[in-house]
Amino acid sequence: MSEHHGPAKGIKRWLFATNHKDIGTMYLWFSFAMFFVGGFFAMVIRAELFQPGLQLVDPQFFNQMTTMHGLVMVFGAIMPAFVGLANWMIPMMIGAPDMALPRMNNLSFWLLPVAVTLLISTFFMEGGAPAFGWTFYAPLSTTYAPPSTTFFIFAVHILGASSIMGSINILATIINLRAPGMTYMKMPMFVWTWAITAFLLIAAMPVLAGAVTMMLMDIHFGTSFFSAAGGGDPVLFQHVFWFFGHPEVYIIILPAFGVISEIIPTFSRKPLFGYSSMVYATASIAFLSFIVWAHHMYTTGMPLAGELYFMYATMLIAIPTGVKVFNWIATMFGGALTFEAPMLFSVATVFLFSLGGFTGLMLAIAPIDFAYQESYFVVAHFHYTMVAGAIFSMTAAVYYWLPKWTGRMYNETLAKTQFWIAFVGFNLTFFPQHFVGLAGMPRRTPDYALQFADFNMMSSIGSFIYGFAQLFLLYIIIQTIRSGKENADEKTWEGANGLEWTLASPAPFHTFSTPPTVK
Amino acid sequence: MQEKKPEKSTTKTIPYLIVLVVAMFGFGFLLVPLYDVLCDLAGINGKVDLVAYEKDSDVIVSDRTVNIQFISLNNNGMPWIFKPMHTSVKAHPGQDYNTSFYASNPTEKAMTAQAVPSITPGYAAKYFHKIECFCFDQQELEAGKEEEMGLRFVVDAEIPDSIHTITLTYTLFDVTADESVASLN
Ligand code: HEM
Ligand SMILES: [Cu+2]
Repeated sequence: MSEHHGPAKGIKRWLFATNHKDIGTMYLWFSFAMFFVGGFFAMVIRAELFQPGLQLVDPQFFNQMTTMHGLVMVFGAIMPAFVGLANWMIPMMIGAPDMALPRMNNLSFWLLPVAVTLLISTFFMEGGAPAFGWTFYAPLSTTYAPPSTTFFIFAVHILGASSIMGSINILATIINLRAPGMTYMKMPMFVWTWAITAFLLIAAMPVLAGAVTMMLMDIHFGTSFFSAAGGGDPVLFQHVFWFFGHPEVYIIILPAFGVISEIIPTFSRKPLFGYSSMVYATASIAFLSFIVWAHHMYTTGMPLAGELYFMYATMLIAIPTGVKVFNWIATMFGGALTFEAPMLFSVATVFLFSLGGFTGLMLAIAPIDFAYQESYFVVAHFHYTMVAGAIFSMTAAVYYWLPKWTGRMYNETLAKTQFWIAFVGFNLTFFPQHFVGLAGMPRRTPDYALQFADFNMMSSIGSFIYGFAQLFLLYIIIQTIRSGKENADEKTWEGANGLEWTLASPAPFHTFSTPPTVK
Repeated sequence: MQEKKPEKSTTKTIPYLIVLVVAMFGFGFLLVPLYDVLCDLAGINGKVDLVAYEKDSDVIVSDRTVNIQFISLNNNGMPWIFKPMHTSVKAHPGQDYNTSFYASNPTEKAMTAQAVPSITPGYAAKYFHKIECFCFDQQELEAGKEEEMGLRFVVDAEIPDSIHTITLTYTLFDVTADESVASLN
């Protein structure tokens, strides 16, 4: 490897990128772009729901919006965002010169735009885009699906391939490229959470690939995996899907846990409380996530023993999750706290994610879920976990590491303002959804009964505020890159620890060509 | 593009991970037979055996009856008229019974149908045995023709006392166009 060459010039630098920082940057910008695409769909949904009655879009298109919103946010925005973060930070955190498989890394990234283009192109096909929900239950997604479903299936295959290659790369890096002295139990928490997430991805994504392959065969090759007429069973689809789907929600949240486990100690000026219990808690969450999937299926006619098993197993997850939350609080307890933007977002994550965990526990109780399932209460639950959990912590990560990436400091006043706008917007959007859900408003509906009108209007206004906060974030980031105050300080944050903070800012193109020694 | 050759240890890690990926893809498909086997073993999901039952005992519990109810459903878009000839039977466990379902094809073309049975409550499925059933085969009807389709069943003598009523539902699917859907057996 030549020691002193910089990046290639022009477009080639990006097309043929093998440098982990370049690829990380592409992942981050790509996911940010997808966040706006998915966000635009959400704005259409909330605009339609601003008032009862059908105003802006017809129901079929509305369903395409909810479907594509979910798919784009989960597979296009959240997952690539954290893979981008992993690319940027893991080599710098473990003292490696780059990722273990740089060329495969390039391929993992470039598959994403291909997949998303396929997915978005379904809007322009006969019969429109998929409208069967992000969970694409058969037979809605087979017998009754639009012809564009085949393209959707290929898009999911490609996204899966990208994630799997990304995970193999991350694991190969973590297992093999740690600097001398960087033992497993010294790795930063973010690296640990990603190691475990990568295992989850490798185990779960192939099952998703299997599910869509079965759909493809049912649609085109006359098999009957999910068709009762041919001896199959639509309920089987739900089992296969959720066997992937529940680990998937932890794939989304574990790296987010990793991020705030880095940030909270920095701004508490104390080491992370209970490091090893954090590692074990993360591992047990990952294990448990594979044996609780049918809590999404309480009303499919499971036998009583099944309901009880899945109910207790699901509630069990609250224990390791609780361990993590208490550890974050204990880290802050008695610390010299300051509340810069990354810390604000991290504390908000802990607080709001816990609310999402509590509603999760309510939903986990089988007899209660009979009443709540398919209502807006579920929508509130998973937005508290995914938006306040994953997106808030991602925003925290961007503010936290932006000075390291760009060598420039963002404007703290603007960032804090952005936090409060996002915080108010988020809660105004999703908190009322608990109430309308409990009162019986079904999810995935373009119209609703009059008594839900006020809360829905609040939700819509909140969502526009939240959407504005994201445009504001984009502005702050661009402003930082173009004219932010120079920040050549290696450490940036007084309380920061970790190898990435021993490097110059902005981080040079090649780092740790000779590995550091960790004591 | 200069690139460092992957370290030895890296090339060692990757095969393991790839095996895991392939194994999990296989596991996804393994869930299909696993699902059927588990439902079968546990007698859940209301799935009933689609093979004729061979009686292995002559015990008849004559001091007990179980109420067997019959329901028919047409799957989405299936134009046939389809209904049970008797809506219920009081059955002694262990004794054989005959009943039948009526079907007619009111359309202008010959059609093929497949009836798919389901038992409620699901855990009663393993105590309800079909000796003969029209659902074992596909049913063909010429345009405008009608037919009575037979069912011969026995309730298992071992059926727990807690089960008083069993509901048998048939859903009729149109499989005319779908030549690829082979008969269930
Ligand atoms: C304490 C932890 C959690 C528990 C006990 C829990 C429990 C549940 C249950 C029982 C449901 C099914 C509700 C229904 O459909 O009726 C559900 C739905 C959902 N949860 Fe959670 N959950 C937890 C954490 C999370 C996390 C961390 C995420 C993601 C980051 C998440 C994302 C979702 C999603 C996306 C759905 C809805 C899926 C759909 O579209 O139907 N949950 N949760
Ligand atoms: Cu779940």
